[in-house]
Amino acid sequence: MIGRAALVLALAGAALVPVAVRDYYATLMLPFFGYGIALLGLNLLFGYAGLLSFGHALFVAVGAYTAATLSSGFGLLHFELILLASALVALLAAIPVGLLCVRYVRIYFGMLTLAFGMLFYSFLYKFYNLTGGDEGIRMLRPKLLGAAFGNLDKVGFLTGPYYYYSLALLVVATAVMWRIVRSPFGLCLRAIRENPEKAECVGVSVRRYRLYAFLIAAVFGAVGGTLLAVPTGLADPLLAYWTHSGNLVFMLLLGGFANFFGPILGAFVFIFLQDQVMSLTQYWRFVFGAILALLVIFFPRGLMGFVGGRVGTGA
Amino acid sequence: MALLEAHAIRKLHGSVIALDGVSLAIREGEFVSVIGPNGAGKTTLVNVLTGLVPPTSGTVKFKGRDIAGIGPVRLARLGMARSFQLVNVFAGLTVAETLAVPVLSRLGRGGRVLAALARDAEVHAEVAEVAALFGLTDALGRPARTLPHGDRKLLDVASAVALHPEIILLDEPTSGVGTRDKTAIMEVLVGAARRIGIKAIIQVEHDMDIVFGYSGRIIALHEGRVLADSTPDGILADAQVVAAVVGKRVSDAHR
Repeated sequence: MIGRAALVLALAGAALVPVAVRDYYATLMLPFFGYGIALLGLNLLFGYAGLLSFGHALFVAVGAYTAATLSSGFGLLHFELILLASALVALLAAIPVGLLCVRYVRIYFGMLTLAFGMLFYSFLYKFYNLTGGDEGIRMLRPKLLGAAFGNLDKVGFLTGPYYYYSLALLVVATAVMWRIVRSPFGLCLRAIRENPEKAECVGVSVRRYRLYAFLIAAVFGAVGGTLLAVPTGLADPLLAYWTHSGNLVFMLLLGGFANFFGPILGAFVFIFLQDQVMSLTQYWRFVFGAILALLVIFFPRGLMGFVGGRVGTGA
Repeated sequence: MALLEAHAIRKLHGSVIALDGVSLAIREGEFVSVIGPNGAGKTTLVNVLTGLVPPTSGTVKFKGRDIAGIGPVRLARLGMARSFQLVNVFAGLTVAETLAVPVLSRLGRGGRVLAALARDAEVHAEVAEVAALFGLTDALGRPARTLPHGDRKLLDVASAVALHPEIILLDEPTSGVGTRDKTAIMEVLVGAARRIGIKAIIQVEHDMDIVFGYSGRIIALHEGRVLADSTPDGILADAQVVAAVVGKRVSDAHR
């Protein structure tokens, strides 16, 4: 009951941001929406299947680059089609990567995902003719539900229609993931996380289900990446860089991977904390490193450990 | 035709011979115990029979089909289940969730990504049925890790039984359980197996009261070889087996 009330309040608060606070803070919410979706997928892998990816930024970058290529390279501006294409490209990329990665667990899985992420980063950085190299590819303003909103300037578009579109997408993605983790598949994933050997003995195909989780996480990552590309107007190689994957893991730990809403809270706090700390000191990475160390040592269940216990994971 | 048949199984762990030419056949309706001192190869035999490890040589057939090394997932689908020597449960899952996993697996619904598990009445009914058979109804909402050892042992077996297998292999189903509780566990287990319609049970067991109290046939292993394969009376009549495997005092108690 309290959880539902908190959820409604959070949604109402998010809906009021563009009218209640400065545009600056409304634009800060946009990466939160994108990261929130990407982290829902990452947490299906880690919180539910027990596989920690250190290369999830690969799929965020796949989403952003697909969107940017389609918009500025092919003139496709319908955002719904762009999202669909990003999800499909991520799915296609995730099949071979996932088939290789889910053969391994723990640190080996993490290192392998990191390696694929860095391979993609190198590809983006070096294949200038295809990817624009370090300059990346421009992302043009998309049409939302067929509407171009040509009467709005960039800030007006981002803090108006695009804001609510992104918020709606986060809500839909959350609802879909909520359904996934409460499905028979979600239960089997948790069984695999708890005891893969036992899961196999009761007929659960561990590798296949891990692959499914990997593919779903990739699609969520790409959708999140597509959302990220619009406010910056750019898809650049740093999206695939290992530090970006590290940030995703940080957000997950910050919010708490043992709670369904932990990753979303983690994304929110990370974005705003980063903004505040960066405005105070140039040594913001030092501050974030200290926060991460304190989190792991003293609050392994993240911020949601304070407020929501283990709600949602069933764990 | 034998339900499960192993022929000339040999299993090497490096240079150590764990199984050396083991052959056996399990038919419908049988309750077979595998006994032997530590290191005789009992658990290795169960692991080979259940596809967890492939034999170095030899064949294992289940319902006439070669199953050597095909893996536990396909074996579970074919109708073979097992429990483990050490308690092997999903510690963070509740009893109901633990039992739902094999039920989903048997019904082929584990891969349903968007279906609402909470609304699957058939799964819940089956979970309730298996929990009732094992006396776990009151514990359905409890995480497995919070159960007493005996109940966790039962849950381990219950999750195997929930697969509705044709044959079940139990690796020391009463290990770590107090002497008084052992018989209670065996009664629950055998009763549940009968109700579910399991055709044959193979157990690895050290407790000779349990072995001689429930088995129709006993296979004695020694140093990776079958020393004897006979009825309980036949085993007790074999002085070599009594000396090597059963133990004198135990044999006197069961004569």
